[in-house]
Amino acid sequence: MKRTLFRQRALAYLLIAPQLAVTAIFFLWPTGQAIVQSFQQEDAFGLHTSWVGLANYRALFSDPTYIQALGVTVVFTVAVTLSALVVALLLALAVDRLVRSATVYTTLLVWPYAVAPAVVGVLWWFLFNPTIGPLPYVLEQMGYQWDHSLHGTDAMILVVIAAAWPQVSYNFLFFVAGLQSIPASMREAAAIDGAGPAKRFFTITLPLLSPTTFFLAVVNLVYAMFNTFPVIHATTQGGPAGATDILVFKVYQDGFVALNLGSSAAQSVVLLVIVIALTAIQFGWMERRVQY
Amino acid sequence: MMRKVLLGALMLGTSMTAAQARTTITWWHAMGGELGQKLDQIVADYNKSQDKYTVVATYKGSYPETMTAAIAAFRAHKQPDIVQVFEVGTGTMMAAKGAVYPVYKLMKDAGEPFDPKGFLSAVVGYYTDTQGNMLSMPFNSSTPILYYNKDIFKKAGLDPNQPPKTWRELEADSKKIIASGAAKCGFTSGWISWVQAENFSAWHNQPIGTMENGFGGLGARLVFGKDKALVQHWTNLAKWQKDGVFQYGGPVGGNDAPPKFYSGECAIYMNSSASRAGVLINTKGKFEVGYGMLPYYADVKGAPQNTIIGGATLWVLAGHDKAEYKGVANFLNYLASAPVQADWSQFSGYLPITQAAYELGQKQGYYAKNPGSDVGIKEITLNTPTANSKGLRFGNYVQVRDIIDQEFQKLLAGKQDAQQALDNIDSRGNKLIAEFEAANK
Repeated sequence: MKRTLFRQRALAYLLIAPQLAVTAIFFLWPTGQAIVQSFQQEDAFGLHTSWVGLANYRALFSDPTYIQALGVTVVFTVAVTLSALVVALLLALAVDRLVRSATVYTTLLVWPYAVAPAVVGVLWWFLFNPTIGPLPYVLEQMGYQWDHSLHGTDAMILVVIAAAWPQVSYNFLFFVAGLQSIPASMREAAAIDGAGPAKRFFTITLPLLSPTTFFLAVVNLVYAMFNTFPVIHATTQGGPAGATDILVFKVYQDGFVALNLGSSAAQSVVLLVIVIALTAIQFGWMERRVQY
Repeated sequence: MMRKVLLGALMLGTSMTAAQARTTITWWHAMGGELGQKLDQIVADYNKSQDKYTVVATYKGSYPETMTAAIAAFRAHKQPDIVQVFEVGTGTMMAAKGAVYPVYKLMKDAGEPFDPKGFLSAVVGYYTDTQGNMLSMPFNSSTPILYYNKDIFKKAGLDPNQPPKTWRELEADSKKIIASGAAKCGFTSGWISWVQAENFSAWHNQPIGTMENGFGGLGARLVFGKDKALVQHWTNLAKWQKDGVFQYGGPVGGNDAPPKFYSGECAIYMNSSASRAGVLINTKGKFEVGYGMLPYYADVKGAPQNTIIGGATLWVLAGHDKAEYKGVANFLNYLASAPVQADWSQFSGYLPITQAAYELGQKQGYYAKNPGSDVGIKEITLNTPTANSKGLRFGNYVQVRDIIDQEFQKLLAGKQDAQQALDNIDSRGNKLIAEFEAANK
């Protein structure tokens, strides 16, 4: 690690001042306000405010819909991350074997990433719409009654596909790059020693890809937990019966639609704690098991 | 030279104030599409009709979005003069003393002529406090009615001029329709919470809450689960959904319901009287539409009573100066005037909110020429509203509506029965209502 020493401290502070200002205004200030509000109960217009201690938190954790949202978030996040990673890796492995057409496929597979999240949501919502969509029609021919407006599992599958789809493109690009950096000689040597394709994949390719996989796992987890709001908003709105109500969407719904500011603030604080914990776990524990 | 420049600047300044002598009044609303264009036209007409005030109307998105935008603006001291708030936001707005300027008071302070008795009582009752004061100005009010596909009725061998009057008839008609192959489904419905719960109870003269459905004060609580007729109805809905008699159109407004009716999949459709324009446009050339009142259970005493309204009213926000409020009062009176209201309601399918506007429509022969356009008015004026059919007023009701949707979905998915669903609505909803009471003491 190289360290640059500044003779003039003033210059150093000046240089980091813009970043500090941005952090303070867009992160520290709102966070502080959320923490304060989470101990208050307030009417929508801010005319009466009263301190209620931990009442908002107590109400939250005794609320079955919040517990449900916690569970839903875990299922959703894991499903999105896993499916986006696995599909992307399969595609990357397939493209890695191509010689001439690799660039064409790469370009085509990256396209979905450029689609705006709300459009992604509406697109899949249309495809799966029980009344007008083509996919439920096909499923009905196969004997399955698809209805994501009533069946929680259908709705969950819908939002997982919609949320994972653009992310596959992103992961795919990184996996392609990762695969290219693995020296062909290592795989060839293993092949000469008699290792089959599956064995070569699990003992050479996958371990050597682990830095990429680790990085993508972090990015995808954060994405699935915090950036999938537009997808939910454009498709299921958290329904049916809260089956796709992830924590971020609930914060919005309770705070901005229902104007229950105290509870919404408490939920944001809980989210904040989850982010901190996640980051600590990921960098402290997972990173040690990654082979560079 | 310097003096000349200063003089010029001074003159420019005075000429600008002369041009700005018109006071600007801001109005945030949630009317998109064709309704928004009509609203802009009404505003332009008002601005042309006088030279003191300029009304600037701004579309702010959906009802919840408009309401939250106005509330956020109020907290930042940048609120508009007038904001359009949907009926379930009424409880929140009424409790916000200090943030709203009640319309009856505004009219008195501004010295505008104002007669609350000229409004339809079923409309204005919803927005009146316990002392009989009108707090907000009705603008677009609607009530659910029944639409049906006359072609399907004919094909099934039913009388196309006879919409089902009771739920029994509706069930029998639906079964006949399905059996004859005329359509796949009997009926669908928009707004489960509004049509199949709140209006259902009012129509059958049953309470959904204590203290006159919340009109009596913040201490009121929900009692959906005690309404035996409603429990029976929801039990039937769950059963009918399995038989194909009923198809669910989704939560909140029920976005999937209208296409089911337009495509001829469902023969009967219940939704707002203000959906009439959309129904006509979307079924033009496909089939003939008939209209009827909401069905009722003949064995429930007191049914049919009268339906309750939905839609929105205009709330005046506090914190502006007197001159502006004079303009606001003047503009609100213009909006409620018979020609403007008659024009707006005939264009949109909303109810004419004043007796005079209704009579003007009759004189113009509008209702005779347009069958079905007065079903809504007939429903809300069928009987004098009782404590159970005046409307409802609960805090945090936007969230309670979500709970109604969630518990209804669980009922249809077979995870609970109707009694459990309605009891859950009461227990979960009352928790939110109690929170609201605590926050607004």
